Amino acid sequence: MTFLPFIFAILIPFIYKLCGQKIHTGWFVVLVPLSLFLYFLQYIPLIASGHTVKENIPWMPSLNINITTYMDGLALIFGILITGVGTLVVLYSIYYMSKKREALHNFYVYMLLFMGAMLGLVFSDNILVLYVFWELTSISSFLLIAYWYQRQNSRYGAQKSMMITIFGGLAMLSGFIMLSIVTDTYSIREMLSKLQVISEHSLFLPAMILLLLGAFTKSAQFPFSIWLPDAMEAPTPISAYLHSATMVKAGIYLVARFTPVFGGTSEWFWIVTGVGLITLFYGSISAVNQKDLKALLAYSTISQLGLIMCLLGLGSASLYFGKGDETVVYAYAVLAAMFHLINHSTFKGSLFMVIGIIDHETGTRDIRKLGGLMSLMPISFTLTIIGSFAMAGIPPFNGFLSKEMFFTSVLTAAEHSVFGFKTLSHFIPFIAWVASVFTFIYCMIIVFKTFMGKHQPEKIDKIAKEAPIGKLIPPSILACLVIVIFFVPNVISKNFLQPALHAILPGITINKIEATIKPWHGWNTELLMTIGVVVAGFIMYKLLRRWLFLYDIYPKALTLNHLYNASLLGSEKISFKVTERYMTESIRDYLVYIFGFMIIILGSAIWLSKGYVINVANDSEINMYEAGIIVALVISAVTVFLSKSRLTAVVALGALGYLVSLLFVIFRAPDLALTQLVVETVTAALFLLCFYYLPELRKEKTRIKFKLTNMIISLGVGTIVTILALGANNHRLFASISGFFEDSYTLAGAKNIVNAILVDFRGLDTMLEILVLCIAGLGIYTLIKVQLAGRGKE
Amino acid sequence: METVISILIGLFFSIGTYLVLSKSLIRIILGTSIISHGVNLLILTMGGLKRGGAPLLGGIETKFTDSLPQALILTAIVINFAVTALFLVLSYRTYKTLGTDDTDRLRGNVDE
Repeated sequence: MTFLPFIFAILIPFIYKLCGQKIHTGWFVVLVPLSLFLYFLQYIPLIASGHTVKENIPWMPSLNINITTYMDGLALIFGILITGVGTLVVLYSIYYMSKKREALHNFYVYMLLFMGAMLGLVFSDNILVLYVFWELTSISSFLLIAYWYQRQNSRYGAQKSMMITIFGGLAMLSGFIMLSIVTDTYSIREMLSKLQVISEHSLFLPAMILLLLGAFTKSAQFPFSIWLPDAMEAPTPISAYLHSATMVKAGIYLVARFTPVFGGTSEWFWIVTGVGLITLFYGSISAVNQKDLKALLAYSTISQLGLIMCLLGLGSASLYFGKGDETVVYAYAVLAAMFHLINHSTFKGSLFMVIGIIDHETGTRDIRKLGGLMSLMPISFTLTIIGSFAMAGIPPFNGFLSKEMFFTSVLTAAEHSVFGFKTLSHFIPFIAWVASVFTFIYCMIIVFKTFMGKHQPEKIDKIAKEAPIGKLIPPSILACLVIVIFFVPNVISKNFLQPALHAILPGITINKIEATIKPWHGWNTELLMTIGVVVAGFIMYKLLRRWLFLYDIYPKALTLNHLYNASLLGSEKISFKVTERYMTESIRDYLVYIFGFMIIILGSAIWLSKGYVINVANDSEINMYEAGIIVALVISAVTVFLSKSRLTAVVALGALGYLVSLLFVIFRAPDLALTQLVVETVTAALFLLCFYYLPELRKEKTRIKFKLTNMIISLGVGTIVTILALGANNHRLFASISGFFEDSYTLAGAKNIVNAILVDFRGLDTMLEILVLCIAGLGIYTLIKVQLAGRGKE
Repeated sequence: METVISILIGLFFSIGTYLVLSKSLIRIILGTSIISHGVNLLILTMGGLKRGGAPLLGGIETKFTDSLPQALILTAIVINFAVTALFLVLSYRTYKTLGTDDTDRLRGNVDE
């Protein structure tokens, strides 16, 4: 079933081609998430009663990689969110994306790819399959952000999100591989049965950190949050779907999914909680200063994701306690996390859609240009109020409930401080409270700066009016959910939250009374905190102009975006400089590297293996005649080296060749001597022929220039070769096999052993050597005869 | 003898390397020729020098020098010859086409 979006994505271009002009392609697409949504709905009673559904499709059975789908409470929440919000977003996009102007086939193919990948991600039990889908969401998100690829900002945002999420994805992959090494399985289910092995292994912490890197980059946690505001260049339905309701929650899913594996340790608790809190704080503070409504919503998404992450971190402590009162208290945080996850998807999705409507109807998203739209767009105004107040945590909206639960969780964390950080844990409620105040402020900004105040028609391009009804339906449905959930939270709790809790914290049961979400607790600390948030937030909102200048104090050079850009540019510059430094385009320098490394490697190998043995005892004797030849060889070699003119060098080289053939005679190698003589003669003739045709050059008459590097390198090469030769000569490990060839008369009917080897024993060498000669001959012929095309024109 | 020849080979390699590192194409080819002489001698020396007669049956000798290195060198000489000839013509052609044999001036253009 989860493959349905992929299959449908293949059909989209055909549908678009056939009837894209008449009927909006989205009408066909909407069937996919809708049918999947209905399909998942039927599992709710089954999952709520504590069952799980498992299916297995073999993919690479020999490698133990199979597409195993596993449905429990956690996966089902995500499955329903993805398909439910997906249906509404596709519906919204039908009215949002023009069928005349936009390339809809691309849009829906990418979107269905994303939907399928996201479903695959949450239902995968195999971590490698999970990784495949994870990257597929990154890629489809990349494609969707750059949907309007003509715009430079879109391309920049897409590239940024790609870089950051792929970085995290790869880190996660290595974490997964470590886990599979430790547990010897790819299945998350089976890992849970080997918790003891994992927690005692030395790879426990590295695997945890790498995995969290993946989760934090995907869920835009601090400091990897910078890609999310730039991803707002995507069309608004995409921002609503990917960058608020689904993809950014993949990291949350990952953390929740691996809580049973890593949870209960202080590292997991403090990293997840800490990063979540920092993100919550950073996101809410940054959001207040935004001028673009979508950027504001992006920062608010970052902040809310931090809140959920923080709750998951707190909840993991209950695994540490095992059984007892504290367990239930901390498990409550996980319940809150899942609840806020659902709530956030509803109100954030509707807010994004409304912002899209405002953008379309007024032509701008800039807060400074908007205002006074309340009477012009009453329905949008209502929807914005519902969404914003839910986000701010005000009754009677669902955000209030989850925010209360959040406060309860942080207060209990401060009370029952765990893992030693006694004083630090008292800050948690305080940070959470301050972040909530800022959340309240930016929620007020969304509502009042857009809809209240003076309408400024001269600043906006279009005449503002209410949107068509089709565009308003999907956000209205979500807004209705926001209110409905407030009044019947326990339906959600029973059917979704408790099965999810069971999946995240296996073995920990939370009884019915604890899991009941009450809208009214009485006058407790949480309620007082909420009242404090409203009061403080309202006062600060009224005085907004007095303190907004504080944001300008923070230096531009230290913003995360600036650091990201600078590091990207810097690394590009440095690598370019480094490459330019050693890639000099001069063949001599490359030869120096090659010879230099040869000296270093061979020299150190000889040194380390103590191969530098010089032993003259076994040498054959040397007489005057031979000594004379050797002296003559040295002289001719030096002459070649030092000669001013080419002719001297060639003659000296010829002399050298003849002297070598004399040596061959002495060393009892008649065939070699013969060949050497002939070849030397021909080579010398060739050299002379070449020089005859080369025009005179004055610089040819100069002596070779002295260069210290070259001298050191060449002396090094000579020394190494000598030492190598002497060492090899004195380390004869076994006798030669040439005794076999000496039987050549009986074996091959030849009396010349060398010739017998060449044409009989090892005839293949000779054949190929003839081939080499042929190729060289052809090459020479070609070089001389063939003229390059276009040569004559110059 | 082996020690002396080894040192001679080292000298050949030194001079050959120095020539190969020079600017002129012709010197580079001269250098490779000298190095190839060094290599041939090295192969022969490693087989042991003057430890018997020439590897020809039918004579009075019963003990022969190692015949395998000789066969190897014979192959090497011919291949070397082919390569040297090709290089020579290549440098000739380079000179004709580009008007220089200075490797420093044979660098690629920036946009290539």
